Amino acid sequence: MKLNRRLFLGSAAAASASLSAPMAMGAGHGKPRVVVVGGGAGGATAARYIAKDSKGEIDVTLIEPTRTYYTCFFSNLVIGGFRDIQSIGHSYGKMAAGGVNVVHDWATGVDRDAKTVALAGGGSVPYDKLILSPGIDFVDGAVEGWDLSTQNAMPHAYKAGSQTELLKAQIMAMPQGGTFAMVAPPNPFRCPPGPYERVSMVAHYLKNNNPTAKIIIADPKAKFSKFGLFQEGWANHYGGMIDWIGSDFGGDNVSVDAGAMTVTIDGEVTKVDACNVIPAMKAGKIAHDADVTEGNWAPVNAIDMSTKADADVYVLGDSSSQGDMPKSGFSANSQAKVCANAVRGALTGSKVFPAKFSNTCWSLIDTNDGVKVGASYEATDEKIAKVDGFISATGEGADLRKATYEESVGWYAGITADMFG
Amino acid sequence: MILRHLFTATLIGVITSFGAVADGIGDPKKGAKVFKKCKACHQVGEGAKHRVGPQLNGLFGRTAGTLEGFKYSKAMTTAGEDGLVWTDETIAEFVENPKAFIPKSKMSFKGLKKEKDRVNLLAYLQTFSDNPQAVILEEVDADTTDGPALDAAVLALVGDAEYGEYLSGDCKTCHQTSGGDDGIPSIVGWPTEDFVIAMHSYKQKRRPHPVMQMMAGRLSDEEIASLAAYFNALQ
Repeated sequence: MKLNRRLFLGSAAAASASLSAPMAMGAGHGKPRVVVVGGGAGGATAARYIAKDSKGEIDVTLIEPTRTYYTCFFSNLVIGGFRDIQSIGHSYGKMAAGGVNVVHDWATGVDRDAKTVALAGGGSVPYDKLILSPGIDFVDGAVEGWDLSTQNAMPHAYKAGSQTELLKAQIMAMPQGGTFAMVAPPNPFRCPPGPYERVSMVAHYLKNNNPTAKIIIADPKAKFSKFGLFQEGWANHYGGMIDWIGSDFGGDNVSVDAGAMTVTIDGEVTKVDACNVIPAMKAGKIAHDADVTEGNWAPVNAIDMSTKADADVYVLGDSSSQGDMPKSGFSANSQAKVCANAVRGALTGSKVFPAKFSNTCWSLIDTNDGVKVGASYEATDEKIAKVDGFISATGEGADLRKATYEESVGWYAGITADMFG
Repeated sequence: MILRHLFTATLIGVITSFGAVADGIGDPKKGAKVFKKCKACHQVGEGAKHRVGPQLNGLFGRTAGTLEGFKYSKAMTTAGEDGLVWTDETIAEFVENPKAFIPKSKMSFKGLKKEKDRVNLLAYLQTFSDNPQAVILEEVDADTTDGPALDAAVLALVGDAEYGEYLSGDCKTCHQTSGGDDGIPSIVGWPTEDFVIAMHSYKQKRRPHPVMQMMAGRLSDEEIASLAAYFNALQ
């Protein structure tokens, strides 16, 4: 029933859109058209690579509402005071020179029959291939007492920018000896900005400015990525400040009251001074609107990131359900290149090379104490499957940890140049 | 800005390292061992050629960024134009912390923190400035422990640059195509042979870096040759 209704509404909206704007952008010439929705690590990379490699043979349109994109990666470092917010903001100014037509608007719907994307500003954009890379949205009702109307009292800071600054301001305004709480998300979650790196950055700030403050983390999980590395780092740098309450200790039984500024963990009510709620996540809205999702995410074919639902619609990054890769910007960037190669091949007959993927995630625990985890992946019939991997070891020397952090700074410069030109 | 920065850096360099280097008497044999850290990129001695970095014969007294046939960074050329000449003091300062002395030079080297190492290295390099042909350092030239075990056939493979361009997507997440370097080395414009040797060293886990060992580990000989061809052609 739900499917039918959605389909019906979708077509009706598209029909009226194409009546009001019959000659949409890109129509009326012979070039194949690619539309990309979402200008983050997946979408910006895919748009740029398709435009660059097709050398003008493909018409590429990127739909992205914001003019300045703040990267989620390194946004935790803003909270810790290692970066300022401007340093993680990027414009799309160089995309046009790279052959990408950037439209700053919201994509409000997809008509897969008519092959058009509707825009909030009116009209629609036709496509031959559609790439959706909308990041994440939150699952309604995931944390009792929290919804989008309370996101300013208890920020998620899981979309970088004003939310990041808001959370930072609230941490800076905490009274001496106050309490910071985080409600951590269940798997799978976008990372970066990793919750545990974020806790490290909050602790770094508090250690230097509010050393008697406390941090509590209510976590629905019993363990998390780099668990040992973080536990070791927290003990070394922030002894006694951080209280992590995993699911074995009731961390999965949590509710918040944004008016009273309280967090209730397994029945115990705590008054808090700043609270970061990171609810369960799902694919960005447009992926659901396009009806290429199953449950929370959009299942894709590992070989080219095309959706199981529609061979002409691709989903990259956080929104996709692809197998073993984490929901990181590095992953999205890696998937975008495989997708770009396949899309270009399908539209222009260019050579399609085998899919290879990789990911590395760096985290900063304290000044010059960086750790990393990474893996390489290949496409199988079922999924993107992990081939090989590595992780920083506990007890590593200070030089190596410093080098790891410096490497992450180099990676940041590299990936943002790769995304935005 | 660059001018003033360089001037300040040079001045500090002279003050901090003059005494130590001028008084210290380096041991060229020990310096030859220190030079192993440089050998991945620099050649010195008879028949030395430009590799990833320029050859280092006759270094002392030369103006920075002026050797024929080597493509210097803009930063290095500018430093030379601003009057930087390689001497005991300036070389010592540069190798102590290359990024602090000439920001944005191509030299991706963390630096020699120990004064003794710098003094010995200078003594060693000096021997190639007085008379490059005369010095033979058997010990050092015989050392090949860092290189990978490679068939001549693997080195002779000619890569497909188009395939290399596709594969390079994986590299470009970290390494910038502009040749920029902010903590991750530039790999643009390397001689193909050096590129191939470096990648096989990672693949065979002779070079210690987990990300590079993983990335190189899954590449075939042909794929490494293709990447080498692509990055060599990139300017």
